[in-house]
Amino acid sequence: MTRLLPEPTPETRHFWEGCQAGELRLQRCADCAQSYFPPRPFCPACASRNVEVFTASGRASLYSYVINHRPRPDVSDQPHAIAVVTLEEGPRMMTNVIGCPQTPETLVLDMPLTVTFEKQSDEITLPFFTPAKG
Amino acid sequence: MKPRSIAVVGAAETTRLGKIPELSVIGLHADAALNAMADAGLKPADIDGVATAGESPTAIAQYLGITPTWVDGTSVGGCSFMLHVRHAAAAINEGLCDTVLITHGESGRSRVGAVRPPRVASSLIGQFEIPYGITNPPTQFTIPALRYMKTFGVTEEDLALVAVVQREWAAKNPRASFKDPLTVDDVLSSEMIAWPFRKLMCCLVTDGGGALILTRAERAKDFPQRPVYILGSGESVETPMISQMEDFTTSRAFRVSGKKAFDEAGIGRADVDHLMIYDAFAHLPLYGLEDLGFVGRGEAAAFIRERNTAIGGRLPLNTNGGGLSYMHSGMYGMYALQESVRQMRGIAPAQVPDAKVSVCHGVGGMFAASGTIIFTNQE
Repeated sequence: MTRLLPEPTPETRHFWEGCQAGELRLQRCADCAQSYFPPRPFCPACASRNVEVFTASGRASLYSYVINHRPRPDVSDQPHAIAVVTLEEGPRMMTNVIGCPQTPETLVLDMPLTVTFEKQSDEITLPFFTPAKG
Repeated sequence: MKPRSIAVVGAAETTRLGKIPELSVIGLHADAALNAMADAGLKPADIDGVATAGESPTAIAQYLGITPTWVDGTSVGGCSFMLHVRHAAAAINEGLCDTVLITHGESGRSRVGAVRPPRVASSLIGQFEIPYGITNPPTQFTIPALRYMKTFGVTEEDLALVAVVQREWAAKNPRASFKDPLTVDDVLSSEMIAWPFRKLMCCLVTDGGGALILTRAERAKDFPQRPVYILGSGESVETPMISQMEDFTTSRAFRVSGKKAFDEAGIGRADVDHLMIYDAFAHLPLYGLEDLGFVGRGEAAAFIRERNTAIGGRLPLNTNGGGLSYMHSGMYGMYALQESVRQMRGIAPAQVPDAKVSVCHGVGGMFAASGTIIFTNQE
């Protein structure tokens, strides 16, 4: 069963193309230097249209989560975490933390994470996060 | 809004609450509206303003036979009705209409004539949240809680206690869905839904409706019921995406809406006798108590533990049993408003003695929107 997948729009296409290329692409305001997410063609802090796309470090920390014990069949048949992470550059995003047990003992708030990409379809690759090594 | 310029002169819920398979969504709106009109001694021809959420005001006006000169279809989730009260007060004071009917009806359990909002894959939620497995509110509204708990040392027992104390209130209410006593252990051994949230920390899913009728305060004494005046009001929105909430330990929409209402009312927190905080989940009263300024940041769990919000406490909270025990159709804000009105009329099943000021605070979406109404029975 395929996950419910995103349908990119003109304003978000760079993000999804970045995921296909193995890059987490954020945007930054060239006027006020604010980094932001989700994508839009202007700065949410100062409304400037003078914005640029850049590749984020992929480093993040675990901000909060729940472990869904009634998982959606297209996502998992086991309880799994739905998490929000804080990216090193500041913005937050929802994701899944993969490659580790989906338990409160393993998933400790503020733990360092690294982005990883998994292809879902010809068009869509999703960004997930795993516990940082070392 | 000028304090005490507008009054609630009609208020009622659907004839029954809980499981009502014989009525569709619009039928629930109508049942509540007819009850509220009977409560106020009014007919549809006496109503010239209509506000509603879920259904369109057009559909409600036509179904009930009302010809309005003002309508409001603000639909920002479960607190929409708080916003309708606020907008109606402004509209009446501006002379756009004189007598406003606000309706709610929802077949949350039986799903008769109910439509589920579609998942749109190209929306921002569809692109940046839905792919990760969010389902319904239990996997969205709950996500900030763990950060709140870590920041302030709040435990699962503290969350459970919110449900336990509200069940004590529900026990006094014949119309409450759940009235049997509950212990912290009962809550912590109920089914795991989305850790750290268990089933008894999540709201009910029921059928029901409610309606309010508002008019100018100077007319209020001509109606059969004790008038309940609007003292202050506030509203705000933050984000439709839970992941983009500014700070998981406090709601900006709560703070903005609450401050606006208290500033308008010109009263302090100590002047409040009765409080309703929309409790879709057990953490919401904690955020509400703090973000409305009744306690400091991180102090709400202890405040509840010390039984300040319980029967006999100094700030009775969610006295109908709340969304956790009374009922929750999906957009619960209307029922919180109904309980505030009952308390101000002095007719609530768990009546707070001599209550003169009631604060009713609602949430819409998942911390997405907020509305606050401050009522008084003092002219």
